[in-house]
Amino acid sequence: MFEKALKGNNYYWMWLAFLGFFVAVAVVCYLRQYFYGLGLTGMTRDVSWGLYISQFTFLVGVAAGGVMLVLPYYIHNFKAFGRITILGEFLAIASLLMCMMFIMADLGQPLRGLNVLLYPTPNSMLFWDMCVLWGYLILNALCGWVILTAERKQIHPPKWIYFFVYLSIPFAFSIHTVTAMLYCGLPGRHFWLSAIIAPRFLASAFAAGPALIVVMALILKRVANFDAGKEAINKMVTIITYAAIANMFFVCLEFFVGFYSDIPGHKHTLQYLFFGLEHHGHVYNNLVPFMWGFIVLFFVGIALITIPYTRKQSDLWLGIGCASIFFAFWLDKGIGFVLGGFVPTPTEEIVEYYPTINELFITIGIWAAGFFILSVLYKIAIGVEHEIEA
Amino acid sequence: MDTNRRNFLKVAGISTLAGLGGTAVVDRLVAGAGMAHATTGAGQGAEQAGAAKAGATRYGMVIDIKKFQMDPGLGEKAVKACHQIHNVPNFPEKRDEIKWIWMTNFENAFPEKPNLYQDEVTEKHQLPILCNHCDNPPCVRACPTKATFRSDDGIVGMDYHRCIGCRFCMAACPYGSRSFNWRDPRLFITNINKDYPARTRGVVEKCNFCVERVQIGKLPACVEAIIDSKALVFGNLNDPNSEIRKILKEKHTIQRNPSLGTLPSVFYIV
Repeated sequence: MFEKALKGNNYYWMWLAFLGFFVAVAVVCYLRQYFYGLGLTGMTRDVSWGLYISQFTFLVGVAAGGVMLVLPYYIHNFKAFGRITILGEFLAIASLLMCMMFIMADLGQPLRGLNVLLYPTPNSMLFWDMCVLWGYLILNALCGWVILTAERKQIHPPKWIYFFVYLSIPFAFSIHTVTAMLYCGLPGRHFWLSAIIAPRFLASAFAAGPALIVVMALILKRVANFDAGKEAINKMVTIITYAAIANMFFVCLEFFVGFYSDIPGHKHTLQYLFFGLEHHGHVYNNLVPFMWGFIVLFFVGIALITIPYTRKQSDLWLGIGCASIFFAFWLDKGIGFVLGGFVPTPTEEIVEYYPTINELFITIGIWAAGFFILSVLYKIAIGVEHEIEA
Repeated sequence: MDTNRRNFLKVAGISTLAGLGGTAVVDRLVAGAGMAHATTGAGQGAEQAGAAKAGATRYGMVIDIKKFQMDPGLGEKAVKACHQIHNVPNFPEKRDEIKWIWMTNFENAFPEKPNLYQDEVTEKHQLPILCNHCDNPPCVRACPTKATFRSDDGIVGMDYHRCIGCRFCMAACPYGSRSFNWRDPRLFITNINKDYPARTRGVVEKCNFCVERVQIGKLPACVEAIIDSKALVFGNLNDPNSEIRKILKEKHTIQRNPSLGTLPSVFYIV
């Protein structure tokens, strides 16, 4: 089936070359970081996780979001998703590979990564995160490939594969739950120490993941002559709407708990993220624009995908709406959540984080690598679809 | 046997198995939590904290803040001794900073004890902070490779050769006691001490209560450096007749953020 990825028009190859350029730049930047150390990033002993881990956290959500196609199709027999569940599964594969690249980029001693397997430590949430991420990656690769192969031969997929399809559903929930548990079980980090982190992660994932799939489907409709179908898109927009609103509801609850209880520790990070935090006469506010960008983009996005006129008028408005939701939640989880959690430090100081150019290029390169993989996988999936139709 | 009964037995069997497996996992997860539930109140004494884990030895330290206030030179001496003996590098830029024990303000060491009308002496002077060698250490719980671990003598140690540099322990430590080697530290060590390993880039490090000295019967370097002042007292918290326990019996002491249930082994006389 892989030969489908090797045949494409000029635009396909130009797109891959474009992404490949950023991957190449990132490889050079990573080599610099590898030989110098993580000191080439903007991280410090006070903000000890930066862009890499925040991107990882967000992308686990994108990977989990694919389940919003798998679940209605296989559990509720929602036939309209039949053509696009493969898009969700392949998006999960690409996202998980990005997650793993971000983790590797973040390790101080990447060559010792296998120590996590050599000395398995069940009381560390990172150990469990590794288990569920690998599990979900293998499940998606297996299910996606077997079902696509069957589709190509125009036969029913083998019965045994359904066991793995159903297994992948709880796995999708588990990857983001365990990722939330990396944060919400740490004493002394007030912003993270909240039982609502896991549900909030899931809600934003179930909005951001499908939002990206809708954008992809709309692009594929134009460039690859692949129509996901109106019914499927509409249903996904409904899912995105409810999930996005649920996420915002959870954000409001965080605000209520912090500001009504008026406990300083519960308010500090929210103040820092949204209004700037005053400390010894200096106001620290470098994340404030990102957080208000998150709020504004959420309202723009939710308006575009819920108001009937813009939703039905054209694919462009719908696409912009879904992209807004995706970027909004990227700002929320891929920027604010992880970086904000380190402010203030356990010794009540404030250190702000600014990524370096080298770090930014590695981050961009890993995203490019993910979209490279995604483009190749989608090329294969759509190639098979076209072959069946022909 | 009719089908219903068969099905019932099947389901019952499977759920029992699942239940057993589940509790095993949960037991494993909370094993690290020890008896933390017993102590949630602020400022519990050594008796309570010491009772958390049985064992002959649990090393701890008492820091007399007053003595550091009376003699501001003490702190620098202790810090220097520690950093010299452990090859702690001295970076020109703060962003690379590594520290094992350092002087800080009361409000930074005890942010959970804010006071609008702090007395002048406390406000002006600094006190040393270091790893608390918690009896219930969150960093050990978080580490995915057991590169940081709690020994039987209560010391929370680091294996610099196993650490993968994920920095989960730094996020987990509620006291900010851990540092990371953002770049090769060797170039920034003046007077290298060949008896203790220098670290490589990409691993986490922190105060080790001078385990390498304590094991051969010596006192920690910081304690020894200012031994005459008695500002730092090191000893076995589980031995009711030790000097440290006598001090804890006589003086009112506090711990850093005890409400988190980490059971710190470092006590402060205010």
